[in-house]
Parts: sequence; C-alpha cells; structure tokens
Amino acid sequence: MIAEAGHYALVLALGLALIQSVVPMIGARTHDVALMNVARSTALAQLLFVGLSFLALVTLHVTSDFSVTNVYENSHSLKPLIYKITGVWGNHEGSMLLWVSILALFGGLVAVFGGNLPLTLRANALAVQAWVSSAFYLFILLTSNPFLRIANPPLEGRDLNPVLQDPGLAVHPPLLYLGYVGFSISFSFAVAALIEGRIDAAWARWVRPWTLMAWIFLTLGIAMGSYWAYYELGWGGWWFWDPVENASLMPWLAGTALLHSAVVMEKRNALKVWTMLLAILTFSLSLLGTFLVRSGVLTSVHAFATDPTRGVFILLILCLFIGGSLALYAWRASSLKQGGLFAPISREGALVLNNLLLTTACATVFVGTLYPLALEVLTGERISVGAPFFNLTFAPLFVPLLLALPFGPMLAWKRGDMVAAAQRLYAAGIAALVTMAVLWAWTRGGAAFAPLAIGLAVFVIAGSLSDLAERCMLFRVPLSVALRRARGLPRATWGTVFAHAGVGIALIGIVCESTWNTELITTLKPGDVAKVAGYEMKLDDIAQRQGPNFREMVVHFTVSEGGRVIGAMAPSKRNFTTRAASTTEAALMSRGASQLYASLGEPSANGGIAVRIYHKPMVLLIWFGPLLMAFGGFLSLTDRRLRVGAPKPAKASRALQPAE
Amino acid sequence: MTRRQRRLTMIGGALLVLGIAVALVLNALRDSIVFFSTPVMVAEKHIPAGKRFRLGGLVEPGSVVRGEHLKVTFKVSDGSASLPVTYKGILPDLFREGQGVVAEGALDSAGVFEADTVLAKHDETYMPKEVADALKKQGHWKDDYGENAKKAGDEKAAEARQGKSVTQ
Repeated sequence: MIAEAGHYALVLALGLALIQSVVPMIGARTHDVALMNVARSTALAQLLFVGLSFLALVTLHVTSDFSVTNVYENSHSLKPLIYKITGVWGNHEGSMLLWVSILALFGGLVAVFGGNLPLTLRANALAVQAWVSSAFYLFILLTSNPFLRIANPPLEGRDLNPVLQDPGLAVHPPLLYLGYVGFSISFSFAVAALIEGRIDAAWARWVRPWTLMAWIFLTLGIAMGSYWAYYELGWGGWWFWDPVENASLMPWLAGTALLHSAVVMEKRNALKVWTMLLAILTFSLSLLGTFLVRSGVLTSVHAFATDPTRGVFILLILCLFIGGSLALYAWRASSLKQGGLFAPISREGALVLNNLLLTTACATVFVGTLYPLALEVLTGERISVGAPFFNLTFAPLFVPLLLALPFGPMLAWKRGDMVAAAQRLYAAGIAALVTMAVLWAWTRGGAAFAPLAIGLAVFVIAGSLSDLAERCMLFRVPLSVALRRARGLPRATWGTVFAHAGVGIALIGIVCESTWNTELITTLKPGDVAKVAGYEMKLDDIAQRQGPNFREMVVHFTVSEGGRVIGAMAPSKRNFTTRAASTTEAALMSRGASQLYASLGEPSANGGIAVRIYHKPMVLLIWFGPLLMAFGGFLSLTDRRLRVGAPKPAKASRALQPAE
Repeated sequence: MTRRQRRLTMIGGALLVLGIAVALVLNALRDSIVFFSTPVMVAEKHIPAGKRFRLGGLVEPGSVVRGEHLKVTFKVSDGSASLPVTYKGILPDLFREGQGVVAEGALDSAGVFEADTVLAKHDETYMPKEVADALKKQGHWKDDYGENAKKAGDEKAAEARQGKSVTQ
C-alpha cells in the first residue's frame, strides 16, 4: 500500500511539474498575475508530493518490505537502522528520487523566499525549474521506478553493498546533491533571464545567494566524499581522479568561477554574457556528472546501473537541456547590453583571470574524464587517464591562479594599481620566502617542489590575512580602533578571507601528505612491533567478533611514541555473509593534524596478518581547508548586503526576505 | 587604453592561457595515458618490456601463490592466453580466483607482468567492465558469470535466513 501511494505521489508530482512548466510561462507572456502565481503553489505542492514519495520509500526500507524490488535488492532485515535509512539513496533508483526531491526542495525555497523577485522572473525561473523536474520524474517513472513490486516476495533481502554501510553514506550523497542540484537555480534564473531578454546587476544579486549556497554544499560534499574514500577504501588515498570524482569537481570549478563573475556583474554590471554562460555551464556539468554516474558508462564503485535504456534516457535529457539552453544563449546573448568598462589591471581584471584559469582547469578535467570514453567509442581502444595526466595539466594551471589570488582583493575596481597591491603583499611575500627557505634547509636533499608549493600556500594564507589587516588598518591605528574596524567589516569580506585562506591550508595538507607520507606494508604476528615515523605499533592480539550483519576480525594494536603508550588502534576486516563480500575498516589515530592509519590485508599461513600502516603528516588539513572555505561561504551568505541591499521590484514595498 | 586595446588585451590573455592549457593537455596525453590489454592482446601486440599498461582478465583458478614478504604471483587469463603476474603488497578485498581483475604495471624482460597496482573496482557482479567487454568481444563471455554471482548472493541470503531461524 505504501509503495503504491509513494508511486502515485510521484505521478502527481509529475503532473504538477508539467503544469508548472507551462502555465506560469503563459502568464509571464500575457502579464497575467494569476497565471504567474500558479508557479508558486505548484512548486510547493510538488515539493509536498515528492516529499511524501520519498518518505514512502524510507518507510519501505525501514520496515524491510521485501515485496518491493528496491528494498529486496538493497536491504536486509538485520541491517542497522541508520543504514536502512541511508540505504534508500545507496542505490540507483533511490538516489534519483533523492535527486528530484532536492530539486523540488530548491523550487519550493524559491517559491517561499522569492518574494522580492520580479513576478515574471520568478514565474519563468520556476517554469524552467519544472522542465528539469519533469524530465527527471519521467526518467524515474519510466526507467528507474523504486516502487516496483516482486510477485513472490522473498523472506530476506540481498543487503546493501558493504562498502556503502558507513555513516559517510548518510552525509556525502545528500550534501553532494544539494550542491549539484542547487546549481539548477542559477541555471533556471539564467534561462529565465534569456527568455525575457532582460538582465541587469540586480539579477546577479538575486542569483548569488543561491549559487553560494549550492557551492557551500558542493564543497562540503566533495570534501566529505574524499574523507570517506580515505578511511573506507583502506589504502589511504583521498583523491583518485576517478571519473566519478571528476564529475563532482567540474561543477565545483565552474561554480567557483560563477561565484566570482557574479560579483563583477553585481558590482560593476559587467561580464553579463559570460556570467549567463557560466550559470548554464555549471548546471550542465552537474547534469553531465549525473549522466556519468547514473548511466553506468564508467567503471566505478558508484555505477550501480548497467541498464542501457537509463543511459540513453539521461543522455537525451542532457542533450535537451544543455543543447537547448546553449542554443537559447547563442540566440539571445547578443541582445544583452554590455556595461562597465575596466582596465586589465583591476579587481574585475583579476576576477576575469580567476575565471579564465578556473574554467580552463575545468576543461582539462573534462578532457581527461571524457577522452577515454570518446576514444573507446571511436576506435574501440581502451585507455585509462589517471593521476599523472591531471598532475601535468591541472596543477600547472592552479599555480598562476594561486599566485594571483592574493592580488585580487587588493586591487581597486575599474582601475587598479599593481605596485600598490604588491607593496601591501610585502609581508605575505616575505613570509612565503622564509617558509620556503626554512623548509628547503630542513629537507635538504628532498624534492624542491614541496617547499615551493608550501611557500605558495603560505603566500595565499598570509595574503588573505594581510587583506584583512589592511582593511582594519592593523598596526597603523591603535589596536582597539583596528578591532572595532574589524567588527565593522562586512561579513562578505570575512568570508573571502576564510575561503581564500582555506585554499592555502588545503594545499599545505595536500603537499605534506603526498611528499612526506610514510608507508609500511608487512606481515605481523601477535607480539610483533612495527616502527613507523617514530611510532611503535605493537600487535596485541587478533580477535573475531560478530556484528549485526557481518563477522569481523579485529586486530588490536598498542601505539607508543618514545616508549610512552599513547593509545590503541583496532583496524578490522568485515565479512558480510549476505553479499559474500568483505570490507576493510581502517583505524585512524590523529596526532595534531597528522594521522596514523592502519588497515588489514589477508591473514598468512603462520598465524600472522598482512598490515598496511601509514603515517600521513598534516593530512587533516586537506579537509580542514574545504571546511574553512565552506565556512567563508556561509559568512558571506549571512551578509546583510546580500539580502537587504537587493533592489526592490518597482511596486512591492514590503520587507525583503532573506534568501536562505 | 582605448576600449579596443582593452578588449585585445583580454582576448590575447585568454588565448594565451588556452594555448598553454592545450599544450599541457597534448603533452600529458602523449606521456601519461595507459592502455588496456588482455593476455591475448599482449601476445599479439608484442608490448615491449617496461611499457606501462593495464592488464585485465580472470584470475586463473589455482594459480595464486602467496610467497614471503607479501609477494603474490598469479595468472591472468582471458580464455585463449594467460600471463603470469607478480605483485608485492596487499591485494584488494574483492580479489579472488576465478574472478575478474585489472592490474597496472609493465612486463619485465622474462615476460612476467610486474604489477604495482591491482584494482578492486568491481560492481556487484564482481566483474570489471573492461574485462567483461574484452571477454565478450573475444567470445569467451559466459552469460552465467553475472548470474553466478547473483545466485551466490541468493544462496548466501538463504543460508543467512536459515541461520536466523536457528538463532530464534
């Protein structure tokens, strides 16, 4: 009954989306307020019904109703409750349902908080949003229905892929989808603006909070996914340049560019045509990511789907939306008036450089991800493009980006003074050079690359801090005045400082981890001691344990440093009976920002066990950096200028709504 | 600067960055991509020793020998040819005899494939896609590869059910 209700609710949501995709548009054409307002009610009703449909699937999973194919294939009655819930999106059908639910959620948010938007823009944007929803509802209903029943219900389910039975699954996909799908808002606004043929600085001000929100979620989602892979897969890697990872990195790069170009558009009314294009491209890359992951064209732990009809369907959606929006762009963009002249050396110029480098970096990731697919289609030859490719293309493009980063905020709008900016960055430059020299001396004989890269990171961090110091006139006025000035700075400025410093911090983590990582792979017997990076790990015993739906072998280590015991580590290997699969559960011990990492291999014949022990210096900074970036984004989002300053539509005079 | 000069500066800068990026990509594509082969393709193509490639196929049943210091040797076969592989380290969780595997490395002078990475990226049927495609192409694909894995899962489910009724 619940399955049928969930299915029915989804069909109703499709119906509502179809109405929403046509009626408000007619309203916007004929200036009929009643028709335009249909968008608002249908968006909310759609959210309600998709929400119900999603809840129905959650209920089916929680109650282990194995008469539903989706539950039978991905659940097990003995599975812990949290994995029964997260297992809802740990499979193709359920994750698509989560995708459309989040799409509807964003539509609903625009409907509720879009009170300050011009009526036609809101109507058109919600209609475009509904086109996307309709396409994906059809996709789910026609090719990936999660509510299908089995004629002869089995007594027990086949359990969820053991790798996915982890708290990471509770957080990573929803965050990632909030990011991916959140970019649909900027897409819808761009297409709506192109349809209307009218666009101004106010547009950027309306769109920026939504873009920022999506960007924050995507940043967190990618970082979370990376940390999950790091501790779950058992070999301590945190980024593999896997096509699925690239699929989330591309919208992030384009979205980061969009955030920056929207600033130029808002402040200076320039780069309008380019910002439109970025808004379209960012969501197109999100759709491409969905296609790559969901169609099963890639070999990956994420590609559960191997049904070709699904791939073709998503490919159609992809071509329709990307092709359609780009055609519309080509047709209408030339009619948009350009404004706001600026010199190459200016804040705008710096942001253009940022955009140029980010989109080019994005393009290299695109080539590296899709070239193997294209080559296979054309010649049948199979190749793999891995880390070496991206190290040779992506990294060189990020070096000038990071070098230029501290200069951007120091330059004035319209026409900047490079010499003055460089003078203000004196301290940061010296800090970077000193860091390089010290590291160079300390790691004599080591790679020259690491001190240089860390110096660059220090330059980025110190550069952001000196921007802050400049703005509150630290050391030039009494400290109390400087502090008062700091408090008075707009939150967006603080946000910029945190986000930019986050980039530098992540870079330090990346460089330290990849340069000074120590690895030890060996066979140990109870009583043996392994020595890694100054730590001694004594293997105490090897024990067996029964979990809810698995058996595990746990190995207990006592870790000591210089003869003093500092803690215990217990990596394990789990055997999931239902799927006849095993997973490796690594044990982690944090020492400051560094970590000790232990994971298990096969037991050997003589009573020992193969273990893999790593010491990863500064590894936590890799994820702390993105956290800081997201925090910076959040600070900007709470900036009052982003909401109160938004221009009011001519006739409405009521208080403006926050855009969160 | 006039409007025209400014525009030219911008376009020039953009082209410069794009040019550098294209050069980087072409250079990287020449040097750092890795081709995929099956044992029979290795025999036909005479891949020189030391050239990196990815080897895919099935782990030949009974061929896995574990030696000292985590050394493992096994044979990868695709039905018509097989190739000995050595690897030192911990094999992925899903590595097992009779199942598909993808290893990355190079041939040594004796014609043994020295793998430095063994990939564990399997879907739920324990068959890497490259391997499945290659086997299909060479006509060695048996439809029951995927089915067997499913059946195994079902049998296990049945066992688990029995286990459950016992404990109750």
